Amino acid sequence: MNLGLDDAERAFQIDVREFIDAHWPEGAREVGGAMAHPPGRRSVAEQHWYDALCARGWSVPNWPVAHGGTGWTPTQHYIWDRETTRAECPVMSAFGARMLAPVIYAWGSTAQQAKFLPPIREARVQWCQGYSEPGAGSDLASLRTRAVRDGDHYVVNGAKTWTTEAHVADWMFCLVRTNTTTERRQQGISFLLIDMASPGIEVHPILLLGDQHSVNSVTLTDVRVPVANLIGEENHGWTYAKGLLTHERTGIAGIATSQVRLGKLKQMAACEQDGALAEDAVFQRKLQEVEIELMALEMTELRTLATVQEGGAPGPESSILKIKGTELRQRIADLQIEALGYYGLPYPDDLLLGNEGPVGPDGALDSLRRMLYGRAASILGGSNEIQKNIIAKAVLGF
Amino acid sequence: MDFSFSDEQSMLKDSVERFIQNDYGFEQRQKVAALDAGFSAENWKTFAELGWLGVPFAEADGGFGGGAVDTMLLAEQFGKGLVVEPYVPTVLLAGGFLKVAGSAEQKHKYLTGIIDGSVQGAFAFAEPQGRFNFADLTTTAEAAGDGYTLNGYKAVVINGPAADLLVISARTSGGQRDTEGVSLFLVDASAEGISRRDYPTVDALRASEITLENVKLTADALIGELGGGLPIIDEVVDGAILAIGAEAVGSMEVLYKDTVEYCKTREQFGQPIGKFQVLQHRMVDMFMEYEQAKSLMYMAAMRLDEGYGDEAAKAVSAFKVQVGKSGRFVGQNAVQLHGGMGMTEELNIGHYFKRLTMIDTMFGNVDHHLKRFGSL
Repeated sequence: MNLGLDDAERAFQIDVREFIDAHWPEGAREVGGAMAHPPGRRSVAEQHWYDALCARGWSVPNWPVAHGGTGWTPTQHYIWDRETTRAECPVMSAFGARMLAPVIYAWGSTAQQAKFLPPIREARVQWCQGYSEPGAGSDLASLRTRAVRDGDHYVVNGAKTWTTEAHVADWMFCLVRTNTTTERRQQGISFLLIDMASPGIEVHPILLLGDQHSVNSVTLTDVRVPVANLIGEENHGWTYAKGLLTHERTGIAGIATSQVRLGKLKQMAACEQDGALAEDAVFQRKLQEVEIELMALEMTELRTLATVQEGGAPGPESSILKIKGTELRQRIADLQIEALGYYGLPYPDDLLLGNEGPVGPDGALDSLRRMLYGRAASILGGSNEIQKNIIAKAVLGF
Repeated sequence: MDFSFSDEQSMLKDSVERFIQNDYGFEQRQKVAALDAGFSAENWKTFAELGWLGVPFAEADGGFGGGAVDTMLLAEQFGKGLVVEPYVPTVLLAGGFLKVAGSAEQKHKYLTGIIDGSVQGAFAFAEPQGRFNFADLTTTAEAAGDGYTLNGYKAVVINGPAADLLVISARTSGGQRDTEGVSLFLVDASAEGISRRDYPTVDALRASEITLENVKLTADALIGELGGGLPIIDEVVDGAILAIGAEAVGSMEVLYKDTVEYCKTREQFGQPIGKFQVLQHRMVDMFMEYEQAKSLMYMAAMRLDEGYGDEAAKAVSAFKVQVGKSGRFVGQNAVQLHGGMGMTEELNIGHYFKRLTMIDTMFGNVDHHLKRFGSL
């Protein structure tokens, strides 16, 4: 047992740092932050970053080598994750690269793999996820969007909601009901890929707390989808969707991001005007408690990576990454607002701001937006309460 | 990065796991704990025969050459069995001081006996006024002729009743809480001027209040530099914290798993109580607390094996904070979910709860280690 990097890993770390310095230099970092922008909405620097990733073959490191992945060891993935997060590099949109792609390379046909994987790998296409519906949130299997076969097409009718990036997406991967008479609701669901330019699709923005606009409601009216866009077998979509969820357990904890944010918060608390926070033992204690929990979670993630590295399936400890990771992210965001004191209050609308900048310390508004929007972290992707149900069933055997 | 155990470590883990399963069931443990001595001399002999008492010591000193990870593996299994044999006070504390600061003569004189099981040890450090501050000492050692004279009072010395060898912290210079001026002495427990009042602790260990009255020591009783004892205490105690923390992790594993089993079989309102979501989520929380503590246990062990310093001390304090919080949560909720049964002396649950609660106190509780974590 040891935590050190070996020579090869250290060399890799240097390689990664040099790559980042060359293609995402300090100057670019404030422009893009860690935001992911769809094609056509990227700054020159951000687009350059993606181009450099593709040229180096590092755009989708976690994919199988046959499809353009890197074949890195879990430790290399860990190094990559930490270094790019620390440098606040742009992140590939998760919908295509991390959520859909594993389904396509596991269950898609050769033709589907050839058609859909390269544009994702090259960050040329924006995907969105059509799962939740007005009546199907945590209880996703109750979804009612209907797809009826008509020759070479499915005709899709229904409504999706909370659809992140739908307003800028080129494609949507979508769960639809193809059979309404099955014994278990999970059995009649299929996994369809839908071109967002298809006639019959309407996208309406939903404005969330602290969010400028990322989620939408989507209505589908007689949308014709080629049968060629069905993944795997009809009525087996639930299996694929679930597989997708269990595939990507590591990395979802956002530990590196939390570490960066906590680091900034500690810095801020240390140099805040009169040092009141630096001397506030109660506040410092809160920071220390978060720091320790974050260390624990990082080790939990490393344990998971180690198991995977040895060729095993992630152990039960991996299931806590999402719950603890989102809790910690939210706690850090809360502490940021606490640290701002009264400057946690101003929330100027961009339109009212005019040419004068926002009031208060740099980044105050971002902190506020992050705290508000960050409440979604424990809701989306299966709320933390649902996650506990899953652990109770899968790990504790209830 | 490597999270796997070496072959030797796996063998060690297997051997202690087998012992706990076969020879240290809860009933056997209760019998042992009820003995006058508070532990079984026969078990101690077995520990020696299996080589466990030599695990942390260098091969040159007759030991096994193991590191923090080895100690961790042993202690985690001890925690599963609620082992009462005094491994920590004898091997990791008394033995630890010899290992870290002992001269060749001192090692030669005592280590063989510790490793073969014939010598019991204890570390007498706490004083009634000092809480968790190792430097807060009213016990003094004054130079007298070639040696020293010890006077003072030591509180709650774990394994005091059985100890042949005491390591005693005393002030040789400076004010009551100065970091300089703390010295350590190896003292024969039967020396003239030492009197003890022995008692059991709530978690079935044995402890003593020790009065030191003009105890005469020769010059070679000093271990480490005169007045430079504090850093040695930090290093030795941090090794012991890893062990009691690992014990806590082992105990938490038993508690969360036993609670899950109980909730699957105990029926109320016509169904197993584990069907209730409020209880399921509580058990998930217990499971998560256990896993988080286990993660920091690995971290602390690996940092200690990298060599002792601030990094290792910080990892140990982080682990101790987590163990304190997790242990309390898992222990209290295991009792809660077992209902009235959890309150009984008859069931194992309450005994794990007691041990976990005491582990939080030992060598500084959550508050103390949070402060230490922040200061490192």
